Amino acid sequence: MLKTLVQQIRQYKKASLLTMFFAMLEVFMEIAIPLLMASIIDNGIAKGNLSHVYLYGVIMLLTACVSLSCGYLAGKFAATASTGFAANLRDAMYVNIQTFSFANIDKYSTPGLVTRLTTDVTNVQNAYQMIIRMCIRAPFSLILALIMAISISPQISMVFAVAIVFLTICLGTIIYKAMPVFNSVFKKYDDLNASVQENITGIRVVKSFVREEHENTKFETAVENLYKMFVKAESYLSFNNPAMMAAMYGCILAISWFGANFIVKGRLTTGELTSLFTYVMSILMSLMMLSMAFVMITISMASAKRIAEVIQEKADLVSPDNAIDTVEDGRVEFHHVNFSYKKDSRNYVLSDINFAVKSGETIGIIGGTGSAKSSLVNLISRLYDVSEGSVFVGGKDVREYDLETLRNQVAVVLQKNELFSGTILENLRWGNEHATEEECIAACKAACADEFIERFPRKYHTYIEQGGSNVSGGQKQRLCIARALLKNPKVLILDDSTSAVDTATDANIRRAFLEQIPGTTKFIIAQRVSSIQEADRIIVMDNGKIDAIGTHEELVANNDIYREIYEGQTKGGGDFDEN
Amino acid sequence: MKTNSNMKNQSSDGMKQILKMLFQDYKWHLLFVIIGILGSALATVKGTLFIQTLIDDYIIPLTTAESPDFGPLLQALTKIACIYLIGIICAYMYNRIMVNVGQGTMKKVRIRLFTHMESLPIKYFDTHAHGDIMSVYTNDTDTLRQFIGISLPQLLNSFISIVSVFISMVMLNIPLTILTVAMVVIMLVSTRVIAGKSGKYFGKQQADLGAVNGYIEEMMSGQKVVKVFCHEEESIAQFRKKNEELRASAEKANGYANILMPVIVQLGNVSYVFCAIAGGILALNGYTGLTIGALISFLTLNKSFNQPFGQISQQINSVIMAQAGINRIFEVLNETPEVDEGYVTLVNAKKAEDGTLTESDHHTGIWAWKHFHKADNTTTYTELRGDIVFEDVDFGYTDEKMVLHNINLYAHEGQKIAFVGSTGAGKTTITNLINRFYDIQRGTIRYDGINIGKIQKADLRSSLGIVLQDTHLFTGTVMDNIRYGRLDATDEECMAAAKLANADKFIEHLPDGYDTMLSGDGASLSQGQRQLLAIARAAVADPPVLILDEATSSIDTRTEELVQRGMDQLMKGRTTFVIAHRLSTVKNSDCIMVLEQGHIIERGSHDDLIAEKGKYYQLYTGGMQEN
Repeated sequence: MLKTLVQQIRQYKKASLLTMFFAMLEVFMEIAIPLLMASIIDNGIAKGNLSHVYLYGVIMLLTACVSLSCGYLAGKFAATASTGFAANLRDAMYVNIQTFSFANIDKYSTPGLVTRLTTDVTNVQNAYQMIIRMCIRAPFSLILALIMAISISPQISMVFAVAIVFLTICLGTIIYKAMPVFNSVFKKYDDLNASVQENITGIRVVKSFVREEHENTKFETAVENLYKMFVKAESYLSFNNPAMMAAMYGCILAISWFGANFIVKGRLTTGELTSLFTYVMSILMSLMMLSMAFVMITISMASAKRIAEVIQEKADLVSPDNAIDTVEDGRVEFHHVNFSYKKDSRNYVLSDINFAVKSGETIGIIGGTGSAKSSLVNLISRLYDVSEGSVFVGGKDVREYDLETLRNQVAVVLQKNELFSGTILENLRWGNEHATEEECIAACKAACADEFIERFPRKYHTYIEQGGSNVSGGQKQRLCIARALLKNPKVLILDDSTSAVDTATDANIRRAFLEQIPGTTKFIIAQRVSSIQEADRIIVMDNGKIDAIGTHEELVANNDIYREIYEGQTKGGGDFDEN
Repeated sequence: MKTNSNMKNQSSDGMKQILKMLFQDYKWHLLFVIIGILGSALATVKGTLFIQTLIDDYIIPLTTAESPDFGPLLQALTKIACIYLIGIICAYMYNRIMVNVGQGTMKKVRIRLFTHMESLPIKYFDTHAHGDIMSVYTNDTDTLRQFIGISLPQLLNSFISIVSVFISMVMLNIPLTILTVAMVVIMLVSTRVIAGKSGKYFGKQQADLGAVNGYIEEMMSGQKVVKVFCHEEESIAQFRKKNEELRASAEKANGYANILMPVIVQLGNVSYVFCAIAGGILALNGYTGLTIGALISFLTLNKSFNQPFGQISQQINSVIMAQAGINRIFEVLNETPEVDEGYVTLVNAKKAEDGTLTESDHHTGIWAWKHFHKADNTTTYTELRGDIVFEDVDFGYTDEKMVLHNINLYAHEGQKIAFVGSTGAGKTTITNLINRFYDIQRGTIRYDGINIGKIQKADLRSSLGIVLQDTHLFTGTVMDNIRYGRLDATDEECMAAAKLANADKFIEHLPDGYDTMLSGDGASLSQGQRQLLAIARAAVADPPVLILDEATSSIDTRTEELVQRGMDQLMKGRTTFVIAHRLSTVKNSDCIMVLEQGHIIERGSHDDLIAEKGKYYQLYTGGMQEN
């Protein structure tokens, strides 16, 4: 998992290494400065030697300048490296998501992906910055300070060893105790947010049943529990500071005592003693930073895992080698197709589908919700792969085609369709980026979208808001049809794409199809019999199986399901669908 | 810097309120926190000063003495050890108390947010993106937690250290103190400049992050369309542009934030050198009575004085972010809650033999509206029957644009009224008026003859049962979800309701039957099953009036039959308002209202309307005519 992430550092390796380098240099300066300070006091002020103070003062200023530059550069490079790394992670995820098949997409929810691309990346970015700034620097400064201390007095340095052991045990225990509590706190926290979410989306239910008080009590209990757990977790952490202080003060006291003894015996100078005191700080601070970094890395691990998951997700549909890049014509054939959304499941959504369609035919598909109409057509443009059997387009198995070729030649207007923010023209050109304005208008005329577009003040340059929220459902559907028409496909699939369009317009659109794209094979899924009754043939789906195939008249005469639907819609089952 | 100070002006309000809340609720806690911080800070200062006296007063005499006596040193060390111990205890005390203060405040803010949210009118939820409301609970309370838990104690601690060190410095030497303070001023100015820059870029980073977020959201939800149109390359190219912008602003923001610390630390070192030189000149020439020992102590103090400024500078960004978050929290808290001026209440009633009603203190099965008349100081009781009348009602979501015009309708006890018409004709809007999710601009709506404006909202709503198109279930067992309709319903009553709604069969097939846990809005159930549960929920509430808003819309024919039977059971003997686009649901209504653009254009029974050959007839036969 970490390997996947580390690979994404790419061009920011240099900046990362430079950060570590300058952070290390900074440590040298940090060690040097107390020495200089000690020298100013011992050899300068204490001895009344002002020129020594000047000299070392200037040296110290210079050192401060160098240290500042190092700190500056380390900070800059750290920012470049960590934000660059974050950008690479987002890029890698996004690029990989683009290769996802429908099955891959179904696996992740939109908010889930958004969180991975934003919050999770930010967590990793912060942790990474911490690592490159601290994880080299802190151990390095720890070791350096220890070496300096040992070089002054190996015996007294034993005090540090005791302090380090003490602090490591303390911090270790705190982390060990607090981490599991924190993990369950965050879980509870997620649950709490989920219940808030529930209340926001279900507010009408809450208010209708006058359950505000009930919800408040529920929420208060949950918050109270969360509070208790948080307090428990954080009260472990409140030992952090005192432990640190205890270690520091212990060191000071011990060094004072042993130092005094050593000085009396003439084995230590007062200046050296002062330096030792300085190293107390840098040694303990380094330990503290390491423990902080450790906690942060642990917390960001969950995010890292989620990111790696997306980057590593393998698209399960890819173009084959030596892919065919032309589709001969609009013939479509299903050969004993079984299909299940879950791999290796024998619980088929579609079973034993068998039929052949000639180029240019119009095929209607009808059936109840859950009868797998959409699943059927999704196999034609290879949005999913069949579990068994095969689907042929233009006489070739769809798995032999280059995916882009296939999908350009088999245009699908999805049931749950989307427009994107941008002008109408920009949206239409998704179908064909080189389409001229005239071609776009022609497509819109065929899809009966021209009439309402012309009524917009800015016509084809009207800006569509995100999700197409500023056009009505019927208008959106017509734009989506026009967009698909611009592909000039050999097969056109309309998956319940005119449900929000009134019957007259619906008929006009179908008439335009007949006149303008007679050679294109058309599949029309519909709820309304009127939308498909003039089709060359109609497939009646029931529970994942083809119940019957035939013309309207044949089916009315011979097929129970079809007749039931037909009669339901004409005699007493009329549909006041939105016009 | 300008942006920064502007931000502060706008946002000081929320910050003030939070601090006020803290100091009001946790007066004593905070007092101890301050004592604790003082104690630990003093111990630290005492400790630093001790190092110097250690050398001057104990070690140097020891080295010069003939026979060194370690007694006084041991004594002094014991004394200082006690002070340290007190310091450590103080530190633990304030850290521990702060946990309760911080988390307690978080708890309070969460509960306040939630209870306030529950009191807001439906309009608020209709006009605010749910993601934005959610983000207040997650992102914004998180920044608050950071602020109270980490920044606030740090700032307090730094402040107290600064003050105590400052006093010690003044006592030692005034000119050197002035020099040190002058250097601190330079530090503060640099902090302002750098933090201002980084604040500016953090702002830009948030905006860029928002743009990336929006783009991802749009593209991810349309990902299938992207696939179908082989639009992956373009989508990546666009994303890269936005991603690069975010990277650039994040780099700048973090870059400035990162250099803040080294700048402050090195300025501190410069301050040290200046003090050493100036102090050296003063001490060696005997000016201002500065002794060498005092100078050495002062230099130590100089270091301890500079340190907290470094800590403060580190907290600046989190304070700025917390301010923005706190503001958004208070934005929600300052929303006006739903007002309820109703005074007519729903009570249990007993019916005397002559038909007069009196209030009862236990459940009788008869309900009455208790209506107090101010004018003549009398109370009347009206039996709850479920009679609803609209008189000349006009309604618009804003005063400028009416969406319902001149609506008149009468629904008598036990009648079934259906609304048909195209999307946006105003069918759902009418039902939103009966339960007062929205208030009307003109006209009156009467419930059993009482203007609904006079009825307490809670009582009004509990007398109405609603089954909506989008079924919302809550985390909990199936039983809990049914009982949501009436909290004191027994298990048997819930099961009876499930049976009535035809939901019992599928429930019994669930792994744990009625005790099956549902989560994520009942994601494990099918749309039809969820709808059946919603009907059972309404059934257990047993309201005299039912509103069914497209309750059977996206269900396949077989399930629909089942749901339909459940609903027919439920509708028996109740006044029912039905919105549906399936004719079978509508046909046997007592009256059908055809709505178009906010007007009732036709009304009557199915047969009447067919005979009328108007819009209803068209809708009804529409499918056939076109072909």
